[in-house]
Amino acid sequence: MTAVTEQAAVAVADKGMTKREWIAGLVQRRGSVVVLALVILVSSFSFDTFATLDNARNVAMQSSFLAIVALGMTFVIISGGIDLSVGSVYALGGVLAAIGIQWGSVAGLLLPLVVCGGIGLLNGALVAYGRLAPFIVTLATLLGARGLLLAITDEGANTRLMPRDAVLTQIGQGTLLGFGYPVWIAVVLFAVGVVVLQRTRVGHSVLAIGGSAEAARLMGLPVARRTMWLYTASGLLAGLSGALAAAYSASGVTIVGVGFELDAIAAVVIGGTLLTGGAGTVGGTLAGVLLLMVIQNVINQIGTLSSHYQSVVSGAFLAAVVAIQAYLSRAHLGRERST
Amino acid sequence: MTGDVVLDARAVGKRFPGVVALSDVDLTLAAGEVHALVGENGAGKSTLIKVLTGVHPPDSGELVFQGGPVRFSRPLDAQAAGISTVYQEINLVPLMSVASNLFLGREPRTRWGLMDFRAMNTAASTLLRSYGVEVDVTRPLRTLGAGVRQMVAVARAAATDARVVILDEPTSSLEPREVDTLFAIIDRVRAGGAAVLYVSHRLDELYRICDTVTVLRDGRKVHSGPMAELPRLRLVALMLGRDLEQIRKEGTTKFDSAQPEARQTPVLAAKGLTSPHLLHGVDVTVRPGEIVGLGGLLGAGRSETVRAIAGSLPVDSGTVTVAGKSVRSGSVAAAMRAGVVMLPEDRKSDGILPDLSVRENIVLAALPRLSAAGLVSRKRQDTIVDTFIRRLRIKASSPDQKVGELSGGNQQKVLLARLLCREPKVLLLDEPTRGIDVGAKAEVQALVAELAAEGLGVVLISSEFEEVVEGSDSIVVLREGHVVAQLRGGDVTEQKLIAALAEGGDG
Ligand SMILES: Nc1ncnc2c1ncn2[C@@H]1O[C@H](COP(=O)(O)OP(=O)(O)O)[C@@H](O)[C@H]1O
Ligand SMILES: [Mg+2]
Repeated sequence: MTAVTEQAAVAVADKGMTKREWIAGLVQRRGSVVVLALVILVSSFSFDTFATLDNARNVAMQSSFLAIVALGMTFVIISGGIDLSVGSVYALGGVLAAIGIQWGSVAGLLLPLVVCGGIGLLNGALVAYGRLAPFIVTLATLLGARGLLLAITDEGANTRLMPRDAVLTQIGQGTLLGFGYPVWIAVVLFAVGVVVLQRTRVGHSVLAIGGSAEAARLMGLPVARRTMWLYTASGLLAGLSGALAAAYSASGVTIVGVGFELDAIAAVVIGGTLLTGGAGTVGGTLAGVLLLMVIQNVINQIGTLSSHYQSVVSGAFLAAVVAIQAYLSRAHLGRERST
Repeated sequence: MTGDVVLDARAVGKRFPGVVALSDVDLTLAAGEVHALVGENGAGKSTLIKVLTGVHPPDSGELVFQGGPVRFSRPLDAQAAGISTVYQEINLVPLMSVASNLFLGREPRTRWGLMDFRAMNTAASTLLRSYGVEVDVTRPLRTLGAGVRQMVAVARAAATDARVVILDEPTSSLEPREVDTLFAIIDRVRAGGAAVLYVSHRLDELYRICDTVTVLRDGRKVHSGPMAELPRLRLVALMLGRDLEQIRKEGTTKFDSAQPEARQTPVLAAKGLTSPHLLHGVDVTVRPGEIVGLGGLLGAGRSETVRAIAGSLPVDSGTVTVAGKSVRSGSVAAAMRAGVVMLPEDRKSDGILPDLSVRENIVLAALPRLSAAGLVSRKRQDTIVDTFIRRLRIKASSPDQKVGELSGGNQQKVLLARLLCREPKVLLLDEPTRGIDVGAKAEVQALVAELAAEGLGVVLISSEFEEVVEGSDSIVVLREGHVVAQLRGGDVTEQKLIAALAEGGDG
């Protein structure tokens, strides 16, 4: 032991962090929160109807469904994957809740969770063990789940209503401290998500897998198993979100959730998660979701603008974030090595 | 000195499409020994290691670990059993911190089951300091140099309570001083009763640290026995499969490029290259046919100098002139158009496209030259590719084999081929023989000399002083981004180089 310690320490060419690197890291992690704060601040001064409790409740409610889906997506993207199926699975979850509720609220909740979790498991197994590209696998289940949905609802002809007095419907519609239960459920899930990603070995291994799956495998991490469960969790969360949304509106509607996966991906990326995997935060995703929803809300407040402009603004935003990320990560890479 | 057999591989066979990587290989590791595994590039060393550690399942043969037969189907299984490995291509996660990389999978936890970052960082600092590495362990690994990354990988492997520690070319990116530290670590591991399997191409190191040696050639075991009983020349002869006489004759191979004429205009003149914290007014002049070595230690600015010349490192001031014409700085494209090409230090992240074939990797760069009216003639491609495969003796099962499947030395040759088919004027070589065995190394050196003789200007970086001294016509010695000495003619010796590094020369 001493033989080594007594040796002169190997002089490491410690280049220190440059200011640019430091800023890069900060923008990456906190950029979405700062922009969200700015947008909220400006909107509060511009619109009387914006900074009201009612409006806050409204935005929170709207955000909760997307947030729950985006939470699963965050983990999947950090692991270096993508889950395109969540929009269809979300819609399927809603319709299955409306079908299941005829046997009681427990069935109304379990049916979507089991089926949607199963679809996620299928995704995960094909990606992790079948070694297929996540993009392709989840595109296939996107189409498959949508097809299944149309098949069980006669092409969407019959919208199933959920009894207003059922417990499940109450979970969708009830409130606590003024905010709907789905908001609280999302808050709890995000709190769990933060802890899992940042403070557990599982979260740490997800970051490692996204950073370099091969390195993670050679370091002895259970890459395939982890990957499979991530997609399962994503499917479960999408199904849960769909069920909650159905409960909220007391009906299982077939046509919802088209393009929902893209909103979720946008929220995750705006929240600072690298689309290439290996880095990201759950808190950032929450900020990303809120940002998208606040922008939508503001456009509604303006009133004269068509709601389609929401997509335009969100799209511009996403492009800006990705451009900044790319620029900053190039700045990073430029300093990666020394002689 | 050595104890019981810990790991015994019997008649192991492994084939890849088109290649028999291993056939009937035996390897016995005993407790408390350092076992050298040597062989030319492509001999099957890395494959054997991957079979031992569950990365590749063997096609035939059996593994006996601590007395019982085992079958590892994943690296995880081998690690859980007590075999820890540093693979040849450093396998860590660049985006994560040094501490995370050290502890991934066995992070210290609080009593709530959550990760204890404070404990992890402290433990990581302590561990690395005991290995002689002082570094802020919270920094992402990507911001650190290759040497530190390698030490982290080694520390990770040695830190677990392993019965067997496998190191695949651990010193290829280490400075001499770091090698000393590594050997101290190996001694410690050996004293603890574990077996160490050590792969290296540096013969000095093998004789310094190893007790036993196994030699592979073309996927077969050709020798196994005590290290001290195997004379160097015989070891090289076994590796190369040639007889001793032949080696004796060729053993003196050197770069023997023609003496450059001082009158000739320089093919490359870099003046006053300056980049904050990295380079402070570095001058490098290369005449046609001349090989100029860059001497210096880790962090001296050698790689930065060639990157500045190649346009991939932005400079604040300084000029680069190629064959009399000045080149816009900070642009790789401009440098390439002027005829400057670079073989980067880290071929994995900077150059090679592992999923593409040998052919594609080579012709990628030559596309502008091969295309007539935007079409790439397959026949022209084939001619060029075949020429280079023959000339550089690239060992591939076919031009369509994926480059990622080749051994390190052959990947390097593919990169070199890619550069050469651009018909460059100036060739910048950053550690061209890193991780290449003695046979291929001599080939690469001879090839470089040949190219210089054809009038190419070459800038050569190598952390092996011997290689710089043997290979260069003159040496520019750098320290902390300054040129501290210029060695020419008779002054190009290892002693003068070391003296210049130590004292910084007189001007
Ligand atoms: N994954 C792979 N797929 C196909 N061929 C491979 C693969 N890995 C190694 N090989 C081939 O097996 C042979 C032995 O390679 P390797 O074990 O890397 O040699 P060494 O480490 O001794 O240089 C080489 O011919 C190489 O091209
Ligand atoms: Mg190898």
